[in-house]
Amino acid sequence: MAQKVLVPCSSSSSCGKVQFSPSRVHTQAIAFGGELSQSSSRKNKSLALKAVAAKGETSAPVTAKSGHEILLFDALREGLEEEMARDPTVCVMGEDVGHYGGSYKVTKGLAEKFGDLRVLDTPICENSFTGMGIGAAMTGLRTVVEGMNMGFLLLAYNQISNNAGMLHYTSGGQFKIPVVIRGPGGVGKQLGAEHSQRLESYFQSVPGLQMVACSTPYNAKGLMKAAIRSDNPVILYEHVLLYNLKERIPDEEYVLCLEEAELVRPGKDITILTYSRMRHFVLQAAKTLVERGYDPEIIDIRSLKPFDLFTIGNSIKKTHKVLIVEECMRTGGIGASLRAAIVDNFWDFLDGRPECLSSQDVPTPYAATLEDATVVQPAQIIVKVEQMLQGLI
Amino acid sequence: MAMAMARWRQRLLSSACSSSSSSAAAPQALLRLASSALSRQSSSRGFAAAPDDTTPFVVDIPVPYAGHRCDPPEQRVETSAKELVDFFKVMYVMRRMEIAADSLYKAKFIRGFCHLYDGQEAVCVGMEAALTKEDAIITAYRDHCTHIGRGGTVLEVMAELMGRKSGCSLGKGGSMHMYNKEGNFYGGNGIVGAQTALGAGLAFAQKYNKQNAVSLALYGDGAANQGQLFEAMNISALWDLPVIFVCENNHYGMGTAEWRSAKSPEYYKRGDYVPGLKIDGMDVLAVKQGVRFAKEHALTKGPIVLEMDTYRYHGHSMSDPGSTYRTREEISGVRQERDPIERVRKLLLAKEIVTVADLKNLEKQAKAEVDEAVNQAKEGGQPETHELFTHVHVKGLKQLAYGPDRKEVIVPLP
Repeated sequence: MAQKVLVPCSSSSSCGKVQFSPSRVHTQAIAFGGELSQSSSRKNKSLALKAVAAKGETSAPVTAKSGHEILLFDALREGLEEEMARDPTVCVMGEDVGHYGGSYKVTKGLAEKFGDLRVLDTPICENSFTGMGIGAAMTGLRTVVEGMNMGFLLLAYNQISNNAGMLHYTSGGQFKIPVVIRGPGGVGKQLGAEHSQRLESYFQSVPGLQMVACSTPYNAKGLMKAAIRSDNPVILYEHVLLYNLKERIPDEEYVLCLEEAELVRPGKDITILTYSRMRHFVLQAAKTLVERGYDPEIIDIRSLKPFDLFTIGNSIKKTHKVLIVEECMRTGGIGASLRAAIVDNFWDFLDGRPECLSSQDVPTPYAATLEDATVVQPAQIIVKVEQMLQGLI
Repeated sequence: MAMAMARWRQRLLSSACSSSSSSAAAPQALLRLASSALSRQSSSRGFAAAPDDTTPFVVDIPVPYAGHRCDPPEQRVETSAKELVDFFKVMYVMRRMEIAADSLYKAKFIRGFCHLYDGQEAVCVGMEAALTKEDAIITAYRDHCTHIGRGGTVLEVMAELMGRKSGCSLGKGGSMHMYNKEGNFYGGNGIVGAQTALGAGLAFAQKYNKQNAVSLALYGDGAANQGQLFEAMNISALWDLPVIFVCENNHYGMGTAEWRSAKSPEYYKRGDYVPGLKIDGMDVLAVKQGVRFAKEHALTKGPIVLEMDTYRYHGHSMSDPGSTYRTREEISGVRQERDPIERVRKLLLAKEIVTVADLKNLEKQAKAEVDEAVNQAKEGGQPETHELFTHVHVKGLKQLAYGPDRKEVIVPLP
């Protein structure tokens, strides 16, 4: 069915800007009430923000006394640096990652610390340096390949699909490909059509790949470390506009689970599934929804391939309504696959069809107003949730 | 244009001295050279040598090397009786294996794509003579014989071709995806040209781990026009990666002859700043010498491009008859004048290392070996259905893999 037209945002902060202060978001996540481990017990783990290797922590939002404040790009850098220090086979390659420090500063300072071979500045040849990273990974090196923008990795699609994704299978299990392919993607601030692509739509069908999307400094660092330690090829999707998110993260080392979804806000009325930048839009919309008396359960799916149907399913069994908010386009996006998976697995628990808010099926325009109209905005989320909870759709 | 074509065809057929014009002259020339090399031997060594004799002697290489930005190696190579006999044996096994694959394909035991290597055996056998198992090889889809060279068995090749679980990739790869981890053989790649970037990666890892080894990235004359090859050459030269780019020039990119697809068919010069060497790919000793030279170059000075002037008797694959774009006379001409196995045979007989009867015995043994492998492979079972879902991901981290009908088939991997 056709997507609704954007309702102009009435609040003073224009919908195009991502305005939030992450620390407030987290305390509000707690304030919205409910136990964090409300969903069914999965072994003894509480679902939200729980670190796999944390020492005796019960919930991730750290109190003001411990941990350190950090921006998301720096959290990625911390994770990468820790893994490079821990394991000498970890190396990074990409355009301008070395001497320049990374176009988004994710590899700043690493070349001075680890040398030019481990933080390798490549020429502009995505196809071959991605292939090189994959070939090196076949021999056992743990390579991290950075695409300066995920959209550029379309040039390396063959390498990622046929060589990273399928080599473990076609070699009968002889070779593993522990490569991490990462970079910023998503719709930015008037970057133009070719620099605003959502590659998770294109790579999600490739068998053998694993895909995760980070959305906060906490999960960025944890997912980066997990991806590097994984023996499978992992694509880590970062978002251009989230690099300057600030959050307080633990001082201790922690690694997150690649296949786990994050329960951001427990609730009982409706399940909202989202990831990456849309998580913050959903949280912004949730503020208004809560004021109006609704109780949404918000899950950041984090793992785009495979989906954490366990967490998602438990939530749907509780709320019976699901809304997916994604930045991919309507056709063939993560939302499309997720809807199919939900319908296949949880049909009996649904009160109505699973809804999906996605971007328009257009190349992202340059003009600011048109760009805002391309992606989902918090006002649309509010309208949609209200319609669903009032039984209008 | 017709003149250029005729000249090109003549070049394909001619093997030795530029002065030879009749087809009989070439093998005569070879014998003359072999016997003259023989006469240069010191008189203290008596001939004939036994087939397992490892005493080295020197053989001349008739077709001159051509160098690009480098001085070509000597036109003489050291070999031994044992090495020549081994060359003959393994090349003959490879030849029989490919012919067996041909008949199996026609009998519908092998399906899909099947790219045969007969005619080009000298390239992979000569390479192996100059390399160790520490060195890495990666090639494209014409990989059955390369797999054997790296330590694979005929049985696992045949079983893989027939899709049995005893195949080298458990039946899940097929003709184009044969790998051997112990032998440092990285396949086996279906997409033309993609393996050159992977080859640069193998060399990068060797440099990173400070191994004293090289990586060989093989590609064909068709793949030589891929942009990613030039990207790979650039980054290899930039970072001095120990990679040898080997162009197996069999003069046809499927149905398109090299003069119709490349502005400059001098593939060894295509590296520009990367030195190159052109080698007669039908002469196993020339290949051995050339690859040894290249390995030294790659370890000390940086990457190098080798062009192997070779020829394939079959078409591009089994679905290509191979005769629509070239004449049968051309194929039989090359087979008569430049066949790699015949060359070694003549050398062995000229040096009286073996008799004709010995060679017949070796051939019989090779046929028996291949037939035995084919029969054993035919008896092999198909992979089990659950193998559909294994090896998609590495077991380790908690994973759930879904079948196409998500409701029913959920395979939890430990």
